[in-house]
Amino acid sequence: MTGWTALLLRDLRLARRVGAGAELGLVFFLILVSLLPFAIGADQRFISRIAPAFLWLSALLATLLGLDRLLQADEEEGVVDQFLLSGTPLELLVLAKALAHWLVTGLPLSLAAPLLGLMLAIEPQAMAPLALSLLIGTPALTLIGLIGAALTVSLKRGGLLLSVLVLPLTVPTLIFGATLVKEAALGRPYTTPLMLLGGMTLLMLVIAPVSAAAALRHARQ
Amino acid sequence: MNDARPTSWLQLANPAVFNRWADRLLWPLVIVTLVLFVWGLYGTFFVSPADYQQGDTVRIMYIHVPAAWLALFVYAGMVVSALGTLVFRHPMADVAQKAAAPLGAAFTLVCLITGSIWGKPTWGTWWQWDARMTSVLVLLLIYLGIMALWRAVDDPLRAARAVAILTLVGAVNLPIIKFSVDWWYTLHQPASVFRLDGPTIHPSMLKPLLIMALGYLALYVVLLLVRMKTELTLRRIDRLQRLAAGIPGDRA
Repeated sequence: MTGWTALLLRDLRLARRVGAGAELGLVFFLILVSLLPFAIGADQRFISRIAPAFLWLSALLATLLGLDRLLQADEEEGVVDQFLLSGTPLELLVLAKALAHWLVTGLPLSLAAPLLGLMLAIEPQAMAPLALSLLIGTPALTLIGLIGAALTVSLKRGGLLLSVLVLPLTVPTLIFGATLVKEAALGRPYTTPLMLLGGMTLLMLVIAPVSAAAALRHARQ
Repeated sequence: MNDARPTSWLQLANPAVFNRWADRLLWPLVIVTLVLFVWGLYGTFFVSPADYQQGDTVRIMYIHVPAAWLALFVYAGMVVSALGTLVFRHPMADVAQKAAAPLGAAFTLVCLITGSIWGKPTWGTWWQWDARMTSVLVLLLIYLGIMALWRAVDDPLRAARAVAILTLVGAVNLPIIKFSVDWWYTLHQPASVFRLDGPTIHPSMLKPLLIMALGYLALYVVLLLVRMKTELTLRRIDRLQRLAAGIPGDRA
């Protein structure tokens, strides 16, 4: 077993045992969705119209959860120093961290989203595109969050700052993702937003590990 | 190698040399700024004609458009500083970067506020979620994030590198944000100065606009120099206080 898979499995195990795993993120997602009607009223047609945007916003907020501790615990316990000594490129190791984070937040959210979409009266033909857009788009959100987590790694109360740094950068992902679901709900083709969403994730797959690794290295010089 | 004279670029890394140059440049630049602003504002209010559709409201443009240009120009300058910090480890690059961020945010804010004042009589609303206003708003948010990160990290060297990385990530993202927001919605009139087939704006309006833009640029340089000098003094005070308190220096 290489260090990379060991790190991935360790993070998944930690997430399961410490209780900050998939369930809690899903409960948060569910709470956000159930708060919506209280805020805007029970008008089914109106809820149905804003549901795609709201589900994407909720996914964005749910992804932010736990990001501030994504690298911090490892930094405090000296694990990041071990990363640097391990010989495996730091870029790949932080990618493993991001993958583990996505597997316990983004993936369950994407799979649960159609169910919540049902509660929010999303058009039936938009269910599959909703799950697809989140599956493709949430990795970009996690990766952008990885950059923020690396930049705020040494800050004691970096959670709020992390959100301030990260959220403006998520604008394109949110636009493409929410538009995809909206177009699908109207029965229109959604290839263009799908391609753009995929492009965002691929771009972040390149930028995020490099920037996060650079931030971690520079934080200890 | 040792007896080679350092280039002026490297000499500027010495705060004392930088301060000397900054002092020498400062007052002439202040005068240039004042002349440009008086000239430009005179052109704005007395020389340039009122627009046949927008009337006198068009005069806001001379304040608004240069602010928008500067908002982007300052970010571009910060990208250069970020490279200076990460690649060349030039100490003045850190200082320039830190001094520039609030100025860029201020120009962005001026752009948004004057745009809003122009929008009320023209569009009938203070705020319109159109593509350009929205992307300028996101630019402001990115500036604010950069400023917040500066304040959050104590050690100036570490803060400088973290901010440099954030600035570069932002620079890669800004064109994408711009594209995505344009794609999302367009209501604003198309760009009318920088076009391949030449400016569509009338020369009588273009001249004061360019003078105002130069005035803004000169104002930016003046404020940047003053802020850089202030930052250097603050760092010096911090160092002296640490020495006086017997705290071993934190590499700064």
